[in-house]
Amino acid sequence: MIDIVDLWVYLSGSPLLWLTATLIAYVIADWLSAKSGRHPAVNPVLIAVALVSLVLLVSGTTFQAYFAGAQFVHFLLGPATVALAVPLIRHLPQVRRALVPMLIALIVGSIVAIVSAIVLAQAAGLDRAAILALAPKSATAAIAMGIAEKTGGDPALTAVLTILTGISGAIIVTPLMNALRLKNYAARGFAAGLTSHGIGTARAFQVNPLAGTFAGIAIGLNGLLTALLVPVILRWLLP
Amino acid sequence: MLAAFATLLISQLAGEALVRAGTLPLPGPVVGMALLFALMLVRAPLPKELEATSDGLLKHLSLLFVPAGVGVVQQLDRLGHDGVRLFAVVLVTTLISLAVTALVFAGVAKLLGADDLAPDGESRP
Repeated sequence: MIDIVDLWVYLSGSPLLWLTATLIAYVIADWLSAKSGRHPAVNPVLIAVALVSLVLLVSGTTFQAYFAGAQFVHFLLGPATVALAVPLIRHLPQVRRALVPMLIALIVGSIVAIVSAIVLAQAAGLDRAAILALAPKSATAAIAMGIAEKTGGDPALTAVLTILTGISGAIIVTPLMNALRLKNYAARGFAAGLTSHGIGTARAFQVNPLAGTFAGIAIGLNGLLTALLVPVILRWLLP
Repeated sequence: MLAAFATLLISQLAGEALVRAGTLPLPGPVVGMALLFALMLVRAPLPKELEATSDGLLKHLSLLFVPAGVGVVQQLDRLGHDGVRLFAVVLVTTLISLAVTALVFAGVAKLLGADDLAPDGESRP
């Protein structure tokens, strides 16, 4: 008879186990999301993260051991970001027509995302470390972590707050835009990508291809602008 | 599919190289996206294979954020301490940023008469 403990020791040391666990958690989460008719509250990232985290905590597995397997999924974020060029080309005429509104919304939105995070964090009495981690949270995770490193924040906390911003935006965006009676799907998508980077973009693609395209553009543009603005705004608001 | 995936990786690699060379404040994949975009502008129309592979990756974009999200297990001490306040701040700033960005975009578009972008396909309510 196979010893369960020996089997666990063997499997938990190989990347296969946690790669498989990540995929299974996502399949369950995506199934629930599809079953709900893609209801915004049934967010696949949130559900999959909760499932995997629970398994890690119960089994006493470290994040490092988990990531040794999950890194293969994480790696695909790179090529997927590059792939955003395809919907961009496909919708080029619409993007050209919306260039001016897009750039003005980019500048206003980027400043509002950073300043509101800092001011609210100060009002809530959060410490300096939390404020530094919150400031770049609307940029895509890789950029946000890089910014936090430069301003003296904690990159790991920044990553978690960035993902949380992504999930929050993906859940809020549809009911909020409907409440505002906004029918412009380019505007809705752009706001989702600017505020909630890739996770907002994933949600935008669920709703409408045009919204997803504008969300994808917003990831790149706001990543760049946030990297430029955060150090300047921090010097001004957090001397 | 393989050629298309190689195209994506080559674009990313070129992006990473440019970022390292020029100390751009951007991750390599974002620069890679700009490079592929420029390449496809010159070389229209889009190859069918590249379209299919890209659509396949983007269809499950949510999956790719799961490993980074699970990083939350490393921050449980911190979140136990001021998690409620952090969560509240994230929620409110996200709400403000979403509303302001979308309203400015839609407002300026309307002003310029560029708000007739028809969403393609059906949209979920």
